Amino acid sequence: MQAAVITFPGSNRDGDVARALHRASGQKPHVVWHADQALPTNTDLVVLPGGFSYGDYLRCGAIAGHANIMTAVREHARRGGLVLGICNGFQILVEAGLLPGVLMRNAGLTFVCRRQCLRVERNDTVFTRHYRPGQVIDVCIAHGEGNFAADAATLERLEGEGRVAFRYCDATGQIAAHANPNGSAHAIAGIYSERLNVLGLMPHPENFIDALAGGSDGLALFESLAAFRSGRGG
Amino acid sequence: MALNNERERAITVDLVAQHGLKPDEYQRLLRLIGRPPSLTELGIVSAMWNEHCSYKSSRLHLRKLPTHAPWVIQGPGENAGVIDIGDGEACVFKMESHNHPSFIEPYQGAATGVGGILRDVFTMGARPIACLNLLRFGAPDHPKTRHLLAGVVAGIGGYGNSFGVPTVGGSLGFHRRYDGNILVNAMAVGLARTDQIFYAKATGVGNPIVYLGSKTGRDGIHGATMASAAFDDDAAGKRPTVQVGDPFAEKLLLEACLELMASGAVLAIQDMGAAGLTSSAVEMGAKGNLGIELDLDRVPCRESGMSAYEMMLSESQERMLMVLKPEKRVEAQTIFHKWGLDFAVIGTTTASLRFVVKHQGRICADLPIKELGDEAPVYDRPWRAGPKLPLITAQAVPPPIDNGQALLRLLASPDLCSKRWVFEQYDHFILGNTIQSPGGDAAIVRIADGPKGLALCTDVTPRYCEADPREGGKQAVAEAWRNLNAVGARPLALTDNLNFGNPENPAAMGQLVLCLEGIGEAARHLDFPIVSGNVSLYNETNGQGILPTPSIGGVGLIADVGCSASLAFKASGQTILLIGRSEGWLGQSLYLREICGREEGAPPPVDLDAERQNGEFIRQLIVEGRVSAAHDLSDGGLAVALAEMAIAGNIGANVTAPSPTDPPSHAFFFGEDQARYLVTAAPAVAEAIAREAARRDIPLAAIGQTGGSTLTLAGLPPILVGTLRSAHESWLPAYMAAPGG
Repeated sequence: MQAAVITFPGSNRDGDVARALHRASGQKPHVVWHADQALPTNTDLVVLPGGFSYGDYLRCGAIAGHANIMTAVREHARRGGLVLGICNGFQILVEAGLLPGVLMRNAGLTFVCRRQCLRVERNDTVFTRHYRPGQVIDVCIAHGEGNFAADAATLERLEGEGRVAFRYCDATGQIAAHANPNGSAHAIAGIYSERLNVLGLMPHPENFIDALAGGSDGLALFESLAAFRSGRGG
Repeated sequence: MALNNERERAITVDLVAQHGLKPDEYQRLLRLIGRPPSLTELGIVSAMWNEHCSYKSSRLHLRKLPTHAPWVIQGPGENAGVIDIGDGEACVFKMESHNHPSFIEPYQGAATGVGGILRDVFTMGARPIACLNLLRFGAPDHPKTRHLLAGVVAGIGGYGNSFGVPTVGGSLGFHRRYDGNILVNAMAVGLARTDQIFYAKATGVGNPIVYLGSKTGRDGIHGATMASAAFDDDAAGKRPTVQVGDPFAEKLLLEACLELMASGAVLAIQDMGAAGLTSSAVEMGAKGNLGIELDLDRVPCRESGMSAYEMMLSESQERMLMVLKPEKRVEAQTIFHKWGLDFAVIGTTTASLRFVVKHQGRICADLPIKELGDEAPVYDRPWRAGPKLPLITAQAVPPPIDNGQALLRLLASPDLCSKRWVFEQYDHFILGNTIQSPGGDAAIVRIADGPKGLALCTDVTPRYCEADPREGGKQAVAEAWRNLNAVGARPLALTDNLNFGNPENPAAMGQLVLCLEGIGEAARHLDFPIVSGNVSLYNETNGQGILPTPSIGGVGLIADVGCSASLAFKASGQTILLIGRSEGWLGQSLYLREICGREEGAPPPVDLDAERQNGEFIRQLIVEGRVSAAHDLSDGGLAVALAEMAIAGNIGANVTAPSPTDPPSHAFFFGEDQARYLVTAAPAVAEAIAREAARRDIPLAAIGQTGGSTLTLAGLPPILVGTLRSAHESWLPAYMAAPGG
């Protein structure tokens, strides 16, 4: 599995996600500058990392959604290539039209960084096959604008098509208002595209890959991806 | 060429006074240059000779601090201190205040404080890996406190989160003496290779001086002068002197600077912080014994028509000045343009020892550079010591309520309550190396993939410093030293941020002098040198000064982060050991203040021999893996420390009665005697530890066992750990959610 991490000028978890990919797969990802036009030819997975892509003074991800490289990312997704957007990367995917909905300011109006339990909604995708169905994982969140919203029809469609990837929950896996850190509709922490090849999520599995530093529940996501074998035999 | 006084106003007595120059300082300037200064010169001199930039009131006393150790690579005087942490790696760190601007405009004041200290660290060639802070606000019921706290916390988070460095620790307290002058002290820590450290000292004649980063605008003009004066009722009128931060620009500047440094092009580098272009250029020249000539027509400006005076005094953020190797200029320019940043050659180094500033073909300033920079005025200001306060015995403090109620009330008091509401607004997980998050004795960040790590903390107990500045100064250092030991780190060095009132008031000056004596004594005794620091004076409003607050930022080294300790109880059935002597010292304790309503008496004395002995013992126990939890005792004493350990581990404890030789129980549980720690260990291990302590003459007592869902203090009904937690967690969010302010 060959990954490419896109670096925007204000990306700041690009190194963290590269480290997680390396740890899970033994292989270092390509690093691709936002101003580039093309992805490396053997790319299986494109990662849009966390950060503040262009400072995000306007609307998170709004400018990055129009970056040079995004044309290639769209094309990669259209061909069925894998795309993972974390935090700001999720915001960019939404702005770029690769995922539905919008990420609004947190309901509490402040930036929130804390450990957070998530429920893995399905484990039959290329991103989650190393988790158990319904597994509760302990990772972290760190964002000011992660309040997922969409119109009723879109939410219904996401639910009906099994496209909710992760939900905020308490330690026992229950969905509850007190366990929802930002007011997201249906406690949605992450969603898939129609073909399940694009995943966007607000939490940071890449920071929880090590029992000493917080925990290791995030690693299985990268191990799932590492196990992916492309049709090209790469 | 004649000096040009173009469109400049006549230099009047009033104008000199507005620039914060005292009459004798103005006379000194006249003698230096032999003629009246131009307005631009007056501005430059006022920027360089103000308290903030020149340390003129404190320098004499700062010289007495210990700053050397075999592991110190760079002590005070550079952008940040540098220590050797082995394996060719260096830790670069400093703490700096942004008190005055944060009071005027809390979000931008705090944000640019973080930006400034991050720049200080990466200017030296280090990549920042952690931030901490130390904050003090006025009384919770003061109408401005809630607004200031909300703004400062959002500003610190807004800058650090976006820049991409974890904010891993801090200290927050309240007192009415900060009503008119809050404290915002930010600390940054970075990593560099020992052979890749960059300094401000310019070298070589005729080398290009390059301006890098954001453009210059009219913001923050005279910020440093504002920060060198006391406030009156018109503090809000000084809002235009506060700078505006852009963490995105700073992130670009970081990456571009580190890339440029790696290219070998940089001879000297200085960030444009307080007093902007003036201070950075003068410092580079003065340190390198070189003159500097600037051509302001080449300075990238954000707005048109800026005068020389405005450009020289602007404190626009995210800017750097460098001296480059001439042959690397094109390569350097390419790197900066890749990151979308301005790059302009704006001057050269000269052999003249003059600071010459040209604008539109005219010379606007021509001043001797050494006297502006490292030979600025120094004062030996008159000072006096305050009265010694009486010792308060436990017998003189009748307990007004039972110990259980007192504990719950203390846990919910503003100074002791959980600061979760604050630290959850700071990204503390980014970079994936946070081994110990905010809320412990010290934060731990791993270095790359380990096993090495750094322990970091910020500490001071201002009420002790007010009651006895010398003991208070010692205590601030000892507390930082303890917090590092309590996680298993070897304390290596510290940075200080000296926040005091008006140095022209002999009582406030006395607090500064005596605190520094105490800091020096403790640092010397504990081999814990001061490698960087900052002084913030004139924290006074309408004649009322702040509590003397010498903030200490401590850095310690952990050989293997897998062998560190945290304060949470880990298991049931562990023996709880109290290490250090307990005499039940209630003078200046939080029990006395919060429960009895008295701020009185002498603070607990600091026995530096005991600190060293007990601290080294604890560190050894942790490194050898013999204890399952460790916590230093400080504000609130034994009972509060036990409660914090129980809450963190969600495990209760049963604590036996003090022996008849111990002080009365309220003094035993809430006294704030120094040099004390709590550890837990398996019973058999605990017995061996007790024998070893006895051999070394270290006071140690087994005071109970962990387990159950309640904390039971001898002679009192059990308190559910959940009850302790809700007391501890609820005050701050409820306070911030309340209307008003």
